[in-house]
Amino acid sequence: MTLTEPTSAGTAQVTTLDAKGLKCPMPIVKTAQAIKTIAAGELLEVLTTDPGAVADFAAWSRSTGNSLVDQTIADGVYRFVLRRK
Amino acid sequence: MTAPVAERDLLGFLEAAVSETPVEAIQPVVTPETASETPVRQLVIINWSGEFDRVMPTLIMANAAAAMGYQTKVFTTFWGLLPFVKDQKRIVGENFMQKMLTFMQRPGISHLKTSKMNFLGMGPWMMGVLSRKYNIASPKELLEAAEALGVEFMPCQMTMDMFGLKREDMIDGLGEPVGAATVLELMTQPNTASLFI
Repeated sequence: MTLTEPTSAGTAQVTTLDAKGLKCPMPIVKTAQAIKTIAAGELLEVLTTDPGAVADFAAWSRSTGNSLVDQTIADGVYRFVLRRK
Repeated sequence: MTAPVAERDLLGFLEAAVSETPVEAIQPVVTPETASETPVRQLVIINWSGEFDRVMPTLIMANAAAAMGYQTKVFTTFWGLLPFVKDQKRIVGENFMQKMLTFMQRPGISHLKTSKMNFLGMGPWMMGVLSRKYNIASPKELLEAAEALGVEFMPCQMTMDMFGLKREDMIDGLGEPVGAATVLELMTQPNTASLFI
């Protein structure tokens, strides 16, 4: 469960989206809306408690072209880090 | 860096330093194809039912597809048109039979019945309680999210006429009424998935 600090170098702005408690399809719906609010190359960190999100975020990333740069789980909270293309 | 450096060398050094930060060190878990290789995908759903357990998958699939960048279109026909009447409308239609129809089947996204175990509203009520308990989005929330994501809802002209529905009876996000040929043309385009729900 490595947690990387994307902001450490100040190279990429990271925005956090708290989607904890939301059920399918709301985590990716909120993610699709949130990714539009950040600039290309910036990072979006999504926190969710939906186990289905693991497969869904990989599919979402492949389909939309936004890279999934990191994913971790701690205390039942899934964390996905996405980079806007 | 002991020796003085030219400005462009300094920039190069900074770039190298930046590339060594943890951000760049992360191996991408998913590396998507480049945009030019990914064709625009499309999802076309024919929503012919006004029942909770059919409208829900329609809205969930439409939301997911739109979130994934698919061009998403929902053709609403027959009973499937009634959820897209404004919630506050109770009786719609022009003649007695049309009015009876919506008297028996209340239109609007917040008044969906279940196909099984409706039991005079007990089924939908329990669905609502369970949905709230497990934080599942309601049909109304899903419809609003779908509209925000740019899902295109296309009402069936023929059904509009048969039910006596006017444009002002319908939700604002609904597109222009179309016919079967329009939908068939969309469904047979490349990279298109179509569902009949």
